Amino acid sequence: MADTHSVIGTKNKKGQTYTDTWKMMNEAPRTPSFFTGSEVIKEAVRRASCDVMIAYPITPQSEAAALIGELFAEGYIGDYFRGESEFAVMSQCAGAAFGGARVFTTTAGPGTMRAMENFPMWAGARLPIQMIVTCRGINSPLSIQPDTLEIAYLLNTGMLVWHAETAQDFFDWILKGYMVSEEPDVHLPLALCCDGFFVTHTKDVVNLTPADMCLPPYDPYRSPVPCMDMECPPVRMMRDPFVMKSNYISYATHASWQQEIWAAIERSRKHSIHWLNGLIDAENTDADIVIVASGTAVSQGREAIRLLEDEGVRCGLIKVKTLRPWPEEEIREATKNAKHIFVPEFNVTGWLAKEIRATIPNHQRVHAGPHVCGGMTMPPEIIVQEIKTALGMKSFSLAGRGS
Amino acid sequence: MSQYRVLPGPEHFLPPAAASMGVYLPNPGEAHINGVIAPEEKAYEEAARQFLMAKVPTIFPGPLVLWAWNEKAAKKATAIRHLYNTLKECVQPGQKPMLIPMPDYRPKYPKINPEVEINPNHPNLTIWHNKIDCCMFVGVHCHQANLSLKIIRGGTSCYTIAMCAQAGHEDAMLSFRDASVEKIMKLADWVKKLKGTVQPRLATAKNGASS
Repeated sequence: MADTHSVIGTKNKKGQTYTDTWKMMNEAPRTPSFFTGSEVIKEAVRRASCDVMIAYPITPQSEAAALIGELFAEGYIGDYFRGESEFAVMSQCAGAAFGGARVFTTTAGPGTMRAMENFPMWAGARLPIQMIVTCRGINSPLSIQPDTLEIAYLLNTGMLVWHAETAQDFFDWILKGYMVSEEPDVHLPLALCCDGFFVTHTKDVVNLTPADMCLPPYDPYRSPVPCMDMECPPVRMMRDPFVMKSNYISYATHASWQQEIWAAIERSRKHSIHWLNGLIDAENTDADIVIVASGTAVSQGREAIRLLEDEGVRCGLIKVKTLRPWPEEEIREATKNAKHIFVPEFNVTGWLAKEIRATIPNHQRVHAGPHVCGGMTMPPEIIVQEIKTALGMKSFSLAGRGS
Repeated sequence: MSQYRVLPGPEHFLPPAAASMGVYLPNPGEAHINGVIAPEEKAYEEAARQFLMAKVPTIFPGPLVLWAWNEKAAKKATAIRHLYNTLKECVQPGQKPMLIPMPDYRPKYPKINPEVEINPNHPNLTIWHNKIDCCMFVGVHCHQANLSLKIIRGGTSCYTIAMCAQAGHEDAMLSFRDASVEKIMKLADWVKKLKGTVQPRLATAKNGASS
């Protein structure tokens, strides 16, 4: 291994002090600030010691990408440019990460889909790139509004996938995310997702760490694979794929390689629990009814629980923070008392409900819904209605308002 | 705790990654033996015992220690040579310690020479050819080491040890973490300490070969 020279306590060219990340995130004073999610992304990146940021404009991430451009102008980021397309951007991110840089990018919706080929490549090449995904509609007819369907496509890429509920999650998880994904036993890309507009374009009070503290720089010598080399896997395999060689050993190597990526996701479990204080947050899980959600559906679920409490119905809440690694044991344990499990989602397919059904015993307890999609909001009243209907309680129809 | 145990194979046509079976990596100061977290001290003793029991105990040094790319690498290489020499001094007649490098990770086509090197894309060929029944990886990048360890467990009965400079390897039967010159030297000391107390499995050895 390389000699590791600790830079903690020294200053970077902007005068920020490289700070032990645990101290910075948990012990340093926080300043309440009223920011949009996009501004929060900028403030997190300011403290992230990023070497390279590349993006292509697509709503609703464009604002964050543009704000990070200001950081570049101020000298906080080593290099910054707009790629030719999302596909180009993600390939350029790979090149920078292969070269040993800490890389940051942002994308959304159709941009995520256009770049999709790169994500299993990133994971297979063990590149700890961080990608912000500000989720929006992906299908025709066009919608730029919030919709989380694109997350379903990311779940099997081999990337870590986290789903932030609030701008505060975003700020903290961008910084903590690098700590998890750069661990040598993990060393995988992270898709840090949020619900576009709801998080990126609304203002919220966010407690920021001091701007004069920043993360220690990335140490590429801890990588589990060697630096880029045309003769060395994975690059060698891209130009001369051994999967094309028809013999058992070649296939076994490729199979073993794939297993290793998913093993690395499993290894991230320990680090994610350490940094995020668990893969889920759970409240009142002794209740008969539990809402399980991720992203802003958690906020709507929380409000629905408050409305139900007014009517004497007690509900628990499980906030799923990481989708990869999937909190299988945690969800099984937290739902063991539930007779009814409701999964509100901002997408048409209900991918989270499917994951939960595949995880827990007696999966008929899972009510996959309510769903909204295409940019619709999810009033807490429709969650209340779904729960009351399932319980056989009388409820009014929100759709009938005004009739 | 996971019920899965990381044991010598041949385990399966495609054995699972131990991490996917719930095996966790050790924390600093710990090791793991067969997928169970153990005190590091116990791992030194067990690794030395496995080396002394083996018919062909073998060290596989990788690029991180084969090339003198920094001072620490050179010192580690010297320590590994010392461990190898210690093994040669401590084994009994009929045992054959080997030192076979993994100089790089390039797929070797059309054919690897398993006499002189091991390759992560087909490590079982070197194990089979040399009838290696106990091996230790050191200085191999973690990803490549895991590929190798899994393939070896899948197709051979070789006992695998990882002397890892990072967080360790669940796919080895025994793994150290945070490997240093001192740890390699300490393992050599344990080999010396157990000299003459361990019965080699010469008579019953299956030679690591499964075919």
